[in-house]
Amino acid sequence: MSLRNRAYIAGAFEHPTRLAPDKSTPQLHAECAAGALADAGLSLEDVDGYFCATDAPGFGPISMIDYLGLKVRHTDSTEMGGCTYIQHVAHAAEAIALGKCKVALITLAGRPRSENVMRFRPGAPESAFEQFTGLTNHTSYGMCAVRHMHEHGTTSEQLAWIKVAASHHAQHNEHAMLPKVVTVEEVLESPMIADPLHRLDCCVTTDGGGALVVVAPEIARSLKRPLVALRGAGEATKGPSGGLGLDLTTSAAARSGPAAFAEAGVKPSDIKYASIYDSFTITVLIQLEDLGFCAKGEGGKFVADGNLISGTGKLPFNTDGGGLCSNHPMFRGGITKVIEAVRQLRGEAHPAVQVPDCDLAVATGIGGSLGARHGAATVILERQ
Amino acid sequence: MMSERRYPAPQPNAETRVFWDAAAEGVLKIKNCRSCFRAHYYPRAICPHCGSDQTEWVVSEGAGEIYSVSVMRRGEGAPFAVAYVTLDEGPAVLTNIVDCDPDSLAIGQRVRVAFKPSEEGAPPVPTFTPSGD
Repeated sequence: MSLRNRAYIAGAFEHPTRLAPDKSTPQLHAECAAGALADAGLSLEDVDGYFCATDAPGFGPISMIDYLGLKVRHTDSTEMGGCTYIQHVAHAAEAIALGKCKVALITLAGRPRSENVMRFRPGAPESAFEQFTGLTNHTSYGMCAVRHMHEHGTTSEQLAWIKVAASHHAQHNEHAMLPKVVTVEEVLESPMIADPLHRLDCCVTTDGGGALVVVAPEIARSLKRPLVALRGAGEATKGPSGGLGLDLTTSAAARSGPAAFAEAGVKPSDIKYASIYDSFTITVLIQLEDLGFCAKGEGGKFVADGNLISGTGKLPFNTDGGGLCSNHPMFRGGITKVIEAVRQLRGEAHPAVQVPDCDLAVATGIGGSLGARHGAATVILERQ
Repeated sequence: MMSERRYPAPQPNAETRVFWDAAAEGVLKIKNCRSCFRAHYYPRAICPHCGSDQTEWVVSEGAGEIYSVSVMRRGEGAPFAVAYVTLDEGPAVLTNIVDCDPDSLAIGQRVRVAFKPSEEGAPPVPTFTPSGD
């Protein structure tokens, strides 16, 4: 059994806010839910499946289901960090394929700027052995970049091109937190945060959120929106797992990506647009290699000279400006990756960045900590 | 030189107490599996390589080389170096490299364990320092 054509993304909504001091987090979830349902042409009463991750306020999905006034027969609070919402699309399709629900609502929201929160998870088995090191995502992803440079000769200039490409797209997004086009030199001259990652190698921190509505085929066909089908999906996790054979240059996307392409029956060269989780510049480079857009070690050459810029390069990526320039709500960029892919497939991206005849897209992400333990989720989406 | 960081107290439990008791004596212990003959770190009761419960504590020489390192430049205690050290026994250890110029550190550099005190009454933590060999 394959997930191909078993479910369609009928609604997608990205909250326009990047700073929300006067709203509550549940309120942002509700606004995102309303936005995505309106986009689909559906209402809260139509929702019979609800998906959120463990950052959602309250007890699992139960508090939010009650708060939103939903009556559902299927719930899923699968947690895989920032890429969770890519995975939720696939899990919603699984539930729909099995007849467990027909209209699945996925929501994310948070206010890390207004609340100044940093989350950590006490009681993890590794805590006593790792927490004292002061490891944050900066040094975790930094160590991956250092090792990639050591093994493959990747340079800071090449990493900077990823930010430059994102900034070229962000200039057309009125909601982007960093709408200014930057140069390679400006990235390299920005303050060092954790070697070799500069401030401009890092994504933004934003309040906000988003929501998706994934529906059964017969419902998708009854609505007035373009048909965006799930064609394939994959997920995987990776960690040191005892510490033998540590490899920081390859991510779990080396398994989630090929699984998604295999299910979809397509190749990376068929992809017209790519949403690639960009918590840091190195996150993009490693995923491009792991998904097979180029060979391992060739990512630096692949991203250089504007190859990711829509209209200029061979692989347009993150045409909303991505997490690097536009939005990274609640430290969780997976949902905006799916949303921009849906915009591209519908032909609803900004005209300056819209990919012509965009009928096949990938959305892929890393959740957790790339240099420690992380998950990856990949979906292939098709306009029909 | 790096400024001195304050290390939070590790929280030993029934599965890991032997490790922290040894740390208090300045000894780095890791686990070996009597079933698959592979070592692992951080230590578990059940071998993460093969699933056997026949794991045993062994003393590590506490020597190894830097697999990768990133220097944190911002926030409390910065600059400080976070690294993976590959022990000579095989497993990689997430740690800090201390008592050195963080800008001098490189992949492949030899290091040895150097326990640093955490909070009073709590075990020290296993950091590493360049060994010069």
